[in-house]
Amino acid sequence: MIKVTGLVKRFGGTAVLDGIDLAIEQGEIIVVIGPSGTGKSTLLRCLNFLERPDAGRLTIGDLDVDVTRASRADILTARRRTAFVFQNYALFANKTALENIAEGLIVVNRWPKEKAHARAREILERIGLADKADAYPASLSGGQQQRVGIGRAMAAQAEVILFDEPTSSLDPEWVEEVLNLMKQLARERQTMLVVTHEMSFARDVADRVIFMEGGRIVEQGPPDQLFSSPQDPRTRDFLHKVLATQVTIDTPT
Amino acid sequence: MQVLDVDYMLGLVPILLRYLPLTLQMAAVGMALALVLACGLAVIRVLRIPGLNAATLLFISFFRGTPLLVQLFLFYYGLPQLLAFLTQINGITATIMGLTLHFSAYMAESIRAAIVGVDRSQTEAALSIGMTNGQLMLRIVLPQATRVAVPTLMNYFIDMIKATSLAFTLGVTELMGATQKEVAGSFLYFEAFITVAIFYWVIVELLAWFQRRLEIRLNEAYRR
Ligand SMILES: Nc1ncnc2c1ncn2[C@@H]1O[C@H](COP(=O)(O)OP(=O)(O)OP(=O)(O)O)[C@@H](O)[C@H]1O
Ligand SMILES: [Mg+2]
Repeated sequence: MIKVTGLVKRFGGTAVLDGIDLAIEQGEIIVVIGPSGTGKSTLLRCLNFLERPDAGRLTIGDLDVDVTRASRADILTARRRTAFVFQNYALFANKTALENIAEGLIVVNRWPKEKAHARAREILERIGLADKADAYPASLSGGQQQRVGIGRAMAAQAEVILFDEPTSSLDPEWVEEVLNLMKQLARERQTMLVVTHEMSFARDVADRVIFMEGGRIVEQGPPDQLFSSPQDPRTRDFLHKVLATQVTIDTPT
Repeated sequence: MQVLDVDYMLGLVPILLRYLPLTLQMAAVGMALALVLACGLAVIRVLRIPGLNAATLLFISFFRGTPLLVQLFLFYYGLPQLLAFLTQINGITATIMGLTLHFSAYMAESIRAAIVGVDRSQTEAALSIGMTNGQLMLRIVLPQATRVAVPTLMNYFIDMIKATSLAFTLGVTELMGATQKEVAGSFLYFEAFITVAIFYWVIVELLAWFQRRLEIRLNEAYRR
């Protein structure tokens, strides 16, 4: 289980995360939605210590730390237990698809190269890119690159995979294949925390949808509940803007 | 009087060939040491290591801001007066030292630029899977920075080979020194110096050819 309490992150004077409390059960699929600039990416990055939070407590398995006191070892542990999928894929440009997936196993988990490559091949099979093992990122389509990015996160066998808008940089033609892979992972009950604007993905796949605004969790619940009867006016407002043409929202009168 | 004493020039070739190894050795050793030093300086600059960063800036500023010839004289004639244990410093050592320090200052800046140029998101990706800073540098950043830096570094190597000719001013008999000695007896200045010029020219052209092949190999991963 992963748990954060009282998470605060400030940039300059402004609190971009203003006291976030969040617990994620094993196997849970959570989708985070909200307007631009409300701290969704920052939340994910803090869980991974890509940003150093200013206050809060983080629990991942038996790691339980005050984030401001986290040692280098704590940070490495937290990072090894969370995997990140980036909006712009962020594949290692000097490594093939296979090597991108195997890299963490070799360097971080200290597996022998053969074993790591065997595992990477299994993962390539699962993400449908077995034939691209020796291709470098520059020669792959956006969709293929992002699938490798997800494969790299899968290899880490993390407690949770954090997705930060995994389909936002993709040409429309590649969005589907990436969402399908994420759905496949969801069926396998891979714990996931997903920031996305793909509302249909949230509705179909999420166990819980979280609406964030102004650095806080405004409202959360199962997707059918949150989408059909949002309680907070800010949630309603946001959903109206995003979903206006896609679903009808029952506005309580 | 003939225009050009070709026989003299051809006779000079085997003589100069004997001194070619020394020229190449000074350049190779100087380059190897300069690379190591420059990488260290570049990493200090990139990580902005307190204290060392300021010292590195001063070092780079001095060695880029003063002529190589002055630096060589400083090491060869000046240092032994300052530091007793250096009384035995020979011209070759002083030349290698000068080339190393001088070129490392230039190379550090191009290596730094290449490191900084590596896409920041890959750094985050490496950290996100739990790599340490050292692993990140060695496995992700430096290999990619190398590709960017190699053309510039090869150009510095070429400059360095040509700069070894200054060693003759410290009494080293390398290509240029040998030519000087030969010409002292023959007075055929043009023939002697055009011959040695062609020596340098051929070496540089060979290197440029090698450089092109190396760049093609390094770019393999980035072809679409
Ligand atoms: N490194 C940083 N330095 C300063 N300000 C930052 C930094 N990173 C983010 N911010 C600010 O923090 C706020 C929250 O950013 P964040 O990227 O977390 O939002 P978001 O919810 O992910 O938005 P989007 O939907 O546009 O991705 C923004 O106002 C942003 O400008
Ligand atoms: Mg974001």
